Amino acid sequence: MPTLSSYLIISAILFSLGLFGVITRRNGVAVLMSVELILNAANINFVAFARFGGMDFSGHVFSLFVIILAAAEAAVALAIILNIFNNLGTVNIDEANQLKQ
Amino acid sequence: MINYAITILILPLLSFIVQIFIGKRLPRKGDWVSIGAVAITLCLSLSMFGVMLVKYDPDFSIDKSWIWFDTGSLTVKLGILIDNITILMLLVVSLVSSLVQIYSTSYMEGDPRYSRYFAFLSLFTFSMNGIILANNLLGIYMFWELVGLSSYLLIGFWFEKKSASDAAKKAFLVNRVGDIGMFIGIMLFFSATGSFLFKDIFLGVESSLFSTELLTIAGLCLFAGAIGKSAQFPLHVWLPDAMEGPTPVSALIHAATMVAAGVYFSFRLFPIFTPTALTVIAYVGGFTALFAAIIAVSQNDIKKVLAYSTVSQLGYMVLAIGVGAYTYGLFHLVTHAAFKAGLFLCSGSVIHAMHHAYHKIDDHKSDPQDMRNMGGIKDKMRVTYMTMLICTIALSGVPLTSGFLSKDAILAGTLSFTIHHPQHFLLVICGFGAAFLTAFYMFRLIFLTFFGNPANKEVYNNLHESPKTMTVPLITLTSLSFFIFFTLPNINPFSDYGWFTSLIKAKDSLVPGSLNLTSLEIAEGMHHSHSLAMILSILIALTGIGLAFLMYFKKNISPNKFASRIPMLYKLSLNKFFVDEIYQRYLINPSIVLSKYIAFVDWDLYDKYIVNGLAKITERFSRVVGIRWDYNLLDQKIVDGVGKSTDFIGSGLKYVQTGKVQNYLVWVLIGIIFIYVFQAIT
Repeated sequence: MPTLSSYLIISAILFSLGLFGVITRRNGVAVLMSVELILNAANINFVAFARFGGMDFSGHVFSLFVIILAAAEAAVALAIILNIFNNLGTVNIDEANQLKQ
Repeated sequence: MINYAITILILPLLSFIVQIFIGKRLPRKGDWVSIGAVAITLCLSLSMFGVMLVKYDPDFSIDKSWIWFDTGSLTVKLGILIDNITILMLLVVSLVSSLVQIYSTSYMEGDPRYSRYFAFLSLFTFSMNGIILANNLLGIYMFWELVGLSSYLLIGFWFEKKSASDAAKKAFLVNRVGDIGMFIGIMLFFSATGSFLFKDIFLGVESSLFSTELLTIAGLCLFAGAIGKSAQFPLHVWLPDAMEGPTPVSALIHAATMVAAGVYFSFRLFPIFTPTALTVIAYVGGFTALFAAIIAVSQNDIKKVLAYSTVSQLGYMVLAIGVGAYTYGLFHLVTHAAFKAGLFLCSGSVIHAMHHAYHKIDDHKSDPQDMRNMGGIKDKMRVTYMTMLICTIALSGVPLTSGFLSKDAILAGTLSFTIHHPQHFLLVICGFGAAFLTAFYMFRLIFLTFFGNPANKEVYNNLHESPKTMTVPLITLTSLSFFIFFTLPNINPFSDYGWFTSLIKAKDSLVPGSLNLTSLEIAEGMHHSHSLAMILSILIALTGIGLAFLMYFKKNISPNKFASRIPMLYKLSLNKFFVDEIYQRYLINPSIVLSKYIAFVDWDLYDKYIVNGLAKITERFSRVVGIRWDYNLLDQKIVDGVGKSTDFIGSGLKYVQTGKVQNYLVWVLIGIIFIYVFQAIT
């Protein structure tokens, strides 16, 4: 019988994996994918609270908003990464340091 | 009338401005500008004079004031006063001014500062007219200083000569002494009445605003100004030196008009003088008259003789004011202006001729003004000789001349005063003594200059009569020395009764409870003593002329022998009573010594020890403060310390700033974990 805490554990593992990915990956696309993981961890939380907590529909609605936001964010972020690739010939985010020089 | 007066005042000022700025670039160097201006002034004055004669009203007077500035509690008014006296004085000033300016076109010909000379003359005419027209003490004071300025500029006109620039400075400084007294007097009257206007001050005096003592002091303070300007003893020393200026200037300023300003001023203020003040005035005048006449007797410079003669005659006018016959003081002022200006212009003509003669024979050392270098020049300069002789006769007070009438009236006034107050008998002696000496020294001048044998044949042969522009003013002024111009419509050479006496009426003293004689009493007294005074003065004048004739023409009496009889008096006279030396010794030298001491205290003590000492203390202190505190402590430790510590911390912390987003995220993560842990603990 799955309970709230098992969902939350899944979500926490997912969040930690996402965070780990964001911090450690050099590839821009991989970082983006890790961000998606973090967002999905949040989505699982919302839906779990909607089912077991008192959030009811607003949990569902929030997770829908987050999915839309993630789509928009992915579109913009991929465009940025595409531009970085066009300009630098790589998607390694450590190389995108022109402002620092 | 007011418009005329304002035009008369403004025109010479305009001419001054034009001359001083663009005079040099005008054709003829612009002398026609100032001559034109002064000629218009003369025409206007003449027409005012004509109106006065037609009206024949002794009480005619226009008094108009304007507010100059108003500060609420203090309102200062200036204005114009036109009465018969003003009109007469305007005529005198503009007449002499215009004649002198015409004369100057020849006298000053070729001078490098020709246009500036005419500018200064215009400035003088403007200021003199200002004195005459002012209806208040402040206005008179301002124009008084302006005539002083123009006098200074003109005396020092040939400032390359050291004697000329010294004389200018002397005139200015000596006048300052009197003017300070005058200013104190003006302020005394102003503080009591709150107004500078004559009519307000007269009203104040009449309504006993002043105590008698204060009024005496205030009146004498004002008179101090007149002493300075009219060269009365003891401030007479500047006038003889002022002869360093060009001779036409001497004629205009130092004989006819400016020096008479003091007399005019005392004349205007006569009603407010207390009996004590008047006695002092009378003694100053009488003493000056005799004193200057004694000096004039032994002078050899032709202009110096005339200068001392002017001082002496001004003494007469002041004496007339002191004894209450003050309208006759003004009368003498007017008659004297004509013949003394004439005499000066004549002497100028002689000097001019002598100068040119010396120039021709290449003698630049001999003094063209020394009478001992002249002699016998009457045949060479007929016009100058005739005019000078007539003016001399007028000055000596021989009947048929204007000088006789005015001098006689003053002597009669003095005599009547002494009859009223026998303790003042000295005044009569001064008056008649001066009259005798005047006749003597003037004829001595004539005999030495025009008669006898020429001192230098070569010079004599090179003498020429002066040009028309010089002789015409001479003739004009000389013809005004006849009595007829002053007694019309009456023709009686022995009585001054005429338009002058009818139009210029004496005013009574306004001093409350005054013991001054009323004008009626004075007139009465003069009437009684008139015949006696006349006989005495004719006799005395003739004696003086006779003595001069015997000494310098017939040479029956040797002047040297005569002088050796009275060596003391002769020495005093020749050295001008050592007044200059006394001033030098007891006033100037002590003040120089005093100023040296003060300079010593100031420079060697105050400056060296106190000022420099303070500076040294400040320097030491700032060194301590600067090095110990400011540099070593504040700058090195605190200011630099802040900088260094920032540098140190920054150099440590700069490794945190990697520029990598992921590193920052790690820090964020650590921070969040820290916050959770912290929350969990608390």
